[in-house]
Amino acid sequence: MDYSQFLYMREELSLLLVILILFVADLFMCPDKKSGKGVYNTALPVVLMSVLTIVNLLPCCGAQACEAFGGMYQYAPMMTIVKSVLNIGVILVFLMAHGWLSRPENKVKQGEFYIVTLFTLLGMYFMISSGHFLMFFIGLELASVPMCALIAFDKYRYESAEAGAKYILLALFSSALLLYGISFIYGGTGSLYFSQIGALLSGNSLLSLLGLTLFLAGMGFKISLVPFHLWTADTYEGAPTVVTSYLSVVSKGSAAFVLFTVLIKVFSVGQLFTDWNIGLFWIIIASITIANLFALRQKNLKRFMAFSAISQAGYLVLGAMGGTAQGMTAMVFYLLVYLVANFGAFAVINVVEQNSGKLGIADYNNLYQTNPKLAFLMTLCLFSLAGIPPFAGFFSKFFIFMAAFNAGFRLLVFIALVNTIISLYYYLLIVKAMYISPNDQPIPTFRSDNYSRAALIICLLGVVLLGIAGWVYNYIDTLSYGLDTIL
Amino acid sequence: MNFLSIFVFIPLLMLLGLWLVKGQKGIRAVMVIGSTALLASAICLTVQFLADRAAGNTAEMLYTASFSWFEPLHIYYSVGVDGISVAMLLLSGIIVFTGTFVSWDMCKEYFLWFTLLSLGVFGFFISIDMFTMFMFYEVALIPMYLLIGVWGTGKKEYSAMKLTLMLMGGSAFLMCGIFGIFYGAGGQTMNILDIANLQNGAHAIDISQQYIWFPMTFVGFGVLGALFPFHTWSPDGHASAPTAVSMLHAGVLMKLGGYGCFRIAMYLMPQAANELAWIFLILTGISVVYGAFSACVQTDMKYINAYSSVSHCGLVLFALLMINQTAATGAVIQMLSHGLMTALFFALIGMIYGRTHTRDIRELNGLMRIMPFLSVCYVIAGLGNLGLPGLSGFVAEMTIFVGSFQHEETFYRVLTIAACSSIVITAVYILRMVGKILFGTCTNEHHLKLTDATLVERFPVIVLICCIAGIGLAPFFVSDLVNGGVTPIIEHIGYVASKSNPFL
Repeated sequence: MDYSQFLYMREELSLLLVILILFVADLFMCPDKKSGKGVYNTALPVVLMSVLTIVNLLPCCGAQACEAFGGMYQYAPMMTIVKSVLNIGVILVFLMAHGWLSRPENKVKQGEFYIVTLFTLLGMYFMISSGHFLMFFIGLELASVPMCALIAFDKYRYESAEAGAKYILLALFSSALLLYGISFIYGGTGSLYFSQIGALLSGNSLLSLLGLTLFLAGMGFKISLVPFHLWTADTYEGAPTVVTSYLSVVSKGSAAFVLFTVLIKVFSVGQLFTDWNIGLFWIIIASITIANLFALRQKNLKRFMAFSAISQAGYLVLGAMGGTAQGMTAMVFYLLVYLVANFGAFAVINVVEQNSGKLGIADYNNLYQTNPKLAFLMTLCLFSLAGIPPFAGFFSKFFIFMAAFNAGFRLLVFIALVNTIISLYYYLLIVKAMYISPNDQPIPTFRSDNYSRAALIICLLGVVLLGIAGWVYNYIDTLSYGLDTIL
Repeated sequence: MNFLSIFVFIPLLMLLGLWLVKGQKGIRAVMVIGSTALLASAICLTVQFLADRAAGNTAEMLYTASFSWFEPLHIYYSVGVDGISVAMLLLSGIIVFTGTFVSWDMCKEYFLWFTLLSLGVFGFFISIDMFTMFMFYEVALIPMYLLIGVWGTGKKEYSAMKLTLMLMGGSAFLMCGIFGIFYGAGGQTMNILDIANLQNGAHAIDISQQYIWFPMTFVGFGVLGALFPFHTWSPDGHASAPTAVSMLHAGVLMKLGGYGCFRIAMYLMPQAANELAWIFLILTGISVVYGAFSACVQTDMKYINAYSSVSHCGLVLFALLMINQTAATGAVIQMLSHGLMTALFFALIGMIYGRTHTRDIRELNGLMRIMPFLSVCYVIAGLGNLGLPGLSGFVAEMTIFVGSFQHEETFYRVLTIAACSSIVITAVYILRMVGKILFGTCTNEHHLKLTDATLVERFPVIVLICCIAGIGLAPFFVSDLVNGGVTPIIEHIGYVASKSNPFL
């Protein structure tokens, strides 16, 4: 066996190394029981992850697409970009989690939080780079099972445990669907390798259609697209806020990218290409519209963000329509922009929750008077989510609509555009609460901790600069591939 | 960087300055220096532009420059100006400058959003790339929500939300239209001039495509230009907005609509513009007459002026759709003239409201004796609005109606005559309002003690009146400037259309 193949997996291996370092560090740096002070802190994992991201990105320039282990593992330079985007998300999660983890009940569990989070990330890495359905499934499970532990992290809080139970049940159910779909595909082709299935799968047999449908359903659960979104609101509400933000961006984004790559690699022969486009067409319309309508009436900010995230996922998957290279660029760019904007909003929600324990939209009334900077940041992030220039969200929405329009889905683009108006309305409701609505007892003025501030500053920079700095999009575009451009 | 980009950089520097300074004096200093610099640049640009034109530079757009932005999507940051944009930049410069003085006592955040709004407006008028233009268009829209919602009066939350959602709805149509134009023309360039030139060659947008994208684009911009039946945001929005925001919104922002309709919708899709003009002519005709009638029955001074804006902005679109040289020139002059007059009107209403705390014309009378300066200016604004010769309104409306009547078909002439009736109706509501609130004896004791305008208030009012009278007395400077910009566009629309239509 050629052991140099492991070098292709350097991203996964270095992440594993980070996990091991943290594992060992956890032994020596666990909280001192007498004083109760946490020695083990946010700085170490954040620094390690930042180094990892930079090390990954450096050799990415000029790297070639390649395969290892007979095609089990596939690599394309674009995957490094996606993994780095996910890394940024994890760094932001760690920064945001500082305040929550320094609470007495969580102090002893700090190390576990980092390690479990990174294991889900490792699962996503494998999922992204898989070239075989078995590998893909292992990655997916590695990403979802520890996620359940994260959701139930506040185990003495009733809602958190409940959300964890709901999540694991539905995650297993969706995995079962997915496996069932994979079994149909295996039955039809006799292979699990992506590269072989593409050629073996017959375009119009019932087996492949069933396989495709169940695959879409399984992925729909992971990305929380309508009609597979029913777990989202409850889980998001119950999970610790930090974990909710992780779920709503990182987990969703990786699954959406994988959906894209698997669809173009495996399911794009003959009639199947049309089939999945039709399927996604209706799924996207349903996700965007229904989630928007539900978001209108929410009173709890985390539930609100859950529905907003479902509708954003619909926009994200819009990039997959037609499977073009332009769509892939637009999707990855959208993911990056959505990541900073959504984390920015969640960072504000998180510090407010840590300092006042309030989560209702009505509690945010007149936040502007007591905490003007937080209110301003939240406004910018919401504007970015709604797609208002000059913030990055405008650019990412424009590009993703442009890609879908170019792929020929004009009606879909029009419906999605009309939906942006509804989404603008509910995002403005939050802005209105913070700036306009009167309140006798606004959330008192507080100082957020330095790590949360760092997260907020990163998000602010991202929201303001990502769109205007055109080279980010242009760079992503040089690496993207699709049905029209084979890498 | 190109000289024109200064119109984007100055507001950016102002934003930075506002962010850094502390205290009311610092804020005022930044705003006054910044808006003066903007006005000065606009005047310099006008002088330079006229000089270059006189020197025989006949390029359609002057001072063009392009910087690659999103190369894979053919999106460039491209700037350039012609006569129309220069006139609009000058107008924006004047309104922002006077608006700063009118909102003298406002706080920092107000000015931040106000400056962002001006950034969008200036950026819009210098762009010749559809993406950049659309981006600046939306930049100009969103600050309105907070400006009206936080610092407005009356049912401000409702108005702010209605305005934002309707205008953003328009821009959703617009975005679709822009994609349609971009891909319809081959997906190679977002530059307006390049697309227009393509149309004579291989990449003409197919006529069946034009039938879809022209109405979308026209309605998208038309929402902002108060096209019936999408004008309903305008009265509520203007009435609830703080004074300077009403000025900027009615004075400049509504012009974005007309400008966009002309520059993007009609210029790039000439066949559809010719074929479908009749539908939109009827709609704008309704705007003109219906807006004027609605103004007659209002009792709130701001509502009267807002409906009057609907009527006058409708006239802009009406004239543009006539697709002939004279009417289009008149339309652009009307944009200028209406921008200045309506800004003056809103400024005066704001000052009167600041003293009397009511805008209901039933509760006001005899103000001429109490605040003579404001009242005289109010009369001037009113007379300008109803088209008195010597003021700018006359020049604009005269040109529009003469131009529109040149159209040979009966349908267009009948519409023109119908639209002309708005002049009479305008006189009705203006004279009624002026007579009611200014003349007679004051019956309200509280109003007797009120004072006349302060120096800071007088300054912007005088500036605006000078501009209005300037256009009215010496219209040839403006009309030469504008005419040079309108000619190539009108010729292009007529030329391409006649190529495609054998009956023309």
